[in-house]
Amino acid sequence: MPAQLTFRDVTLGYDRHPAVHHLSGEVAPGALLAVVGPNGAGKSTLFRGLVGIIKLLSGTIAFTGLNARDIAYLPQTAEIDRSFPISVFDLVGTGLWRTTGIFGGIGKGSRDKIAQALGSVGLTGFENRGIGTLSGGQMQRMLFARVLLQDAPLIVLDEPFNAIDARTIDDLLALCKRWHGEGRTVIAALHDMDLVRANFPETLLLAREPVAWDTTADVLTSENLAEARRMCEAFDDRAAACADTVRPSQAA
Amino acid sequence: MLIYDALVAPFLEFEFMRRALAAIIALSLAGAPIGVFLMLRRMSLVGDAMAHAILPGAAIGFLLSGLNLFAMTTGGLIAGFTVAILAGLVSRSTGLKEDASLATFYLASLALGVSIVSLRGSNIDLLHVLFGNILAMDDQTLLVIAVNATITLIVLAVIYRPLVIESVDPLFLRTVSRAGAPAHLIFLALVVINLVNGFQALGTLLAVGLMILPAGIARFWSRDITGLICVAVLSALMSGYAGLVLSFQTRLPSGPAIILVAAGLYMASVLFGSVGGLVRQLFPARHLEA
Repeated sequence: MPAQLTFRDVTLGYDRHPAVHHLSGEVAPGALLAVVGPNGAGKSTLFRGLVGIIKLLSGTIAFTGLNARDIAYLPQTAEIDRSFPISVFDLVGTGLWRTTGIFGGIGKGSRDKIAQALGSVGLTGFENRGIGTLSGGQMQRMLFARVLLQDAPLIVLDEPFNAIDARTIDDLLALCKRWHGEGRTVIAALHDMDLVRANFPETLLLAREPVAWDTTADVLTSENLAEARRMCEAFDDRAAACADTVRPSQAA
Repeated sequence: MLIYDALVAPFLEFEFMRRALAAIIALSLAGAPIGVFLMLRRMSLVGDAMAHAILPGAAIGFLLSGLNLFAMTTGGLIAGFTVAILAGLVSRSTGLKEDASLATFYLASLALGVSIVSLRGSNIDLLHVLFGNILAMDDQTLLVIAVNATITLIVLAVIYRPLVIESVDPLFLRTVSRAGAPAHLIFLALVVINLVNGFQALGTLLAVGLMILPAGIARFWSRDITGLICVAVLSALMSGYAGLVLSFQTRLPSGPAIILVAAGLYMASVLFGSVGGLVRQLFPARHLEA
């Protein structure tokens, strides 16, 4: 089966300093992939590059059978203005953007879908609540409901279980598995190694440079984890230009 | 009869009062919803800055063709659009916060405006630009205001959904659509149109008042955006009407009278508003079971 996502020598970063350095690899359609690594390892940066929020410094990310708009992306800290007067129902409804666009109506069918999505994340009864009244866990449930409605073939979750209690994690993890079962590709950045071992067949260990990318058991060895911790996190302001960098314009 | 004489008779007797009322209705219908979005996007003072940015365009129009409101409006629109779009583009492409980039551009624009005016000083006429005169509306001006208000409402309806999503969760909109940037820029253009609209009636200094104060009032009476817009439009209409009456009876200048009434409504809302008003906070009802 051809890869859905192909990273070719991808370097991402800020002010020319790489945060993800020379990453190459493939993601098969329907993969359930965990991205792990210490803080500052470049997990979020990788995701931002993937969904097109930041530009690649070099290399290419190739999509097969989908484009960047087919990705449902849940950022680590959603930039949601929680003081904005919008209801949970309406906010989750924005997940239908791909079908409604700017003018499409939200009819009976769409309303049922929104209600179902809210039910799937255990937020039935919260429809008319303002988003400012939700707790952290409820907020995350709501955002998962929106991802659900986006009906995307590729789902990218950036540390979705941070500061979330065990029961909510269980519920949301069940959703991830449901998506996996439906043949969607799910990529999640995570810190809980036990959770990764138990639920994710494939893992990418990132520490600015890729340390290992394989089946989870082969990646999460103590040597690999120690190696990841060792790799420095700080930018070196005097670093020279990277020699083996292929500029995007030169990449064929 | 006393109430009738005070509240209704001025509008039946004097055509200039009827024109002023028509202008206020148009301004309220279009400006108040724009003000609500300015407030929700934390851009209330951006509106004020934009009002200053309009000055050089209006001044050039004034110098070229005298006190011709059509020329001043066109000039104001060009200046406002230029500043709004430049500031929007700079903040979008460099990540500089919008207020910072706007401050630079509007100060430059204001300096330019003052320089242009000083080339040919006629302070008295410029006072008209600064404070407006809603009681001296000619047909042409009234028509310009009505057309601008109509355009505003139609365009706002078109960009409503992306504008709301962009205000709540800009990152999400960026991942699903390219509509965010155009909606943002079109919204800034609507702000400019309504400021220019308002300065014919209220002057550059107070034009933003009929947009921002009603939005502030609405915040104390409603929790959802539809309600906010309705309350804002209603309170703008009320302020406009009451301000005109006040101005007629007391010979206060009309623009300041309208804004003062709106400010009075605002203070009352701060005290007695049903959503977060001070009285509600001081004497809260008993907490609920669940």
